[in-house]
Amino acid sequence: MSAYVRRAWMVAWKDVLSERRSKESLNALVFFSLLLLFVFQFALGPERARVEAALPGLLWLGFILSGLLAFGRTFLVERENDCWEGLVLSPGDKSAIYLGKLAGNVLVMIVVEVVLLVLFAVFFALDFTPALPALAAVLALGTLGLASVGTLFGAITAQMRARELLFPVLLLPAVVPVLLSSVSATQTVLAGEPLADAAAWLKLLAAADLVYLVVGMLTFEFVLEG
Amino acid sequence: MAARALGWLAVLALIAGVGAAFGYAPREVVQGNVQRIMYLHVPAVLTAYLAFALVFLGSVGYLLSRRAGWDRLALSAAEPGVLFTGITLASGSIWGKPTWGTWWTWDARLTSTAVLFLVYVGYLLIRGMVDEPDRRARAAAVVGILGAANIPIVHFSVKWWRALHQPSTILGPEPSPIAAPIAATLLINWIAFTLLFAYLLAARMEIARLEDTHAG
Repeated sequence: MSAYVRRAWMVAWKDVLSERRSKESLNALVFFSLLLLFVFQFALGPERARVEAALPGLLWLGFILSGLLAFGRTFLVERENDCWEGLVLSPGDKSAIYLGKLAGNVLVMIVVEVVLLVLFAVFFALDFTPALPALAAVLALGTLGLASVGTLFGAITAQMRARELLFPVLLLPAVVPVLLSSVSATQTVLAGEPLADAAAWLKLLAAADLVYLVVGMLTFEFVLEG
Repeated sequence: MAARALGWLAVLALIAGVGAAFGYAPREVVQGNVQRIMYLHVPAVLTAYLAFALVFLGSVGYLLSRRAGWDRLALSAAEPGVLFTGITLASGSIWGKPTWGTWWTWDARLTSTAVLFLVYVGYLLIRGMVDEPDRRARAAAVVGILGAANIPIVHFSVKWWRALHQPSTILGPEPSPIAAPIAATLLINWIAFTLLFAYLLAARMEIARLEDTHAG
């Protein structure tokens, strides 16, 4: 078991390290988030009430759009220098690699989400602090759902033609339940209501996360064969 | 040969189904003749569910055995499945215009059926993007399995999100309040659609087998 966890950790650590040195994804993603904010502002206009009404949806729109870019890249780095073969040849249960990649993606998403929240708070003069603990729970569950499907589909499409097109077309309908539940739960939380009012949504999110994780772990070795 | 017999059987059942839908089933009191769309709408969606169950079965079967036959089953069920989901959406849309007054509404069942449609369109798209048979089959199988596992989650999420469509009369837990002639007509059409699907499935699997053997 500990060897399994260590293998997953190695994959995640490797990705974090190469990201820290190359700064390939994160820099662009942060600026992408900033650009999204401009687009939202242009779309909604200056009226504050409209921004506030649309806020939960806008937040998750920002997360999923950034996620589409981040998850789609997860396995692209492995295509260079025969890294993919290295992963295939690595010993032990392949689902550890999936979990490692997933952990890396969740980490990237958390950074992007924090940045987006700060940007929203600054540019739209919003105060998230009272809702922050409850919001963190919703974000964690929602992000895990998005990332678990995104990591699996990212691996599938990494070796394909027209992958930039195919990946969102595959991912978006699959994560509809995650988006619906997350947006609804975020709405409840941002309205200042207690987390318990969103309990049904959180349970559904947790169930969805579990199903995606299990499917991902069980099927990943077939995807990795390339 | 067996497939051809199945085809003719499906044709006969469909003729009987159309006959029953227009000749035998009574005119619905409130909606009038428009309600007869149901005899297309409901069998189509039930057949689509059967098709996606077979996609799941074929996908799991392929990953476990790596036998091309399972993949052909999944592919050959997915194509008519998307077709029948499309028929469900289109017929529902035509039915919705006179009864609800709109072609489309973001109701729970409409939305979840549309999501299902998109998931399996994605499934077919991905199959078109890979040339190597084993790689294509593995990628498609994973998408097919996740798609099927997702169906109940999509169902509940969208259901809690919004509901306008009447709840299912046939698949619900209580004894069905449906009138006997209507139920009988539905049954005939359901059998007809299932036969049609079986024929399409058999024919598509045969084509896929020929493609596999002759492509080398």
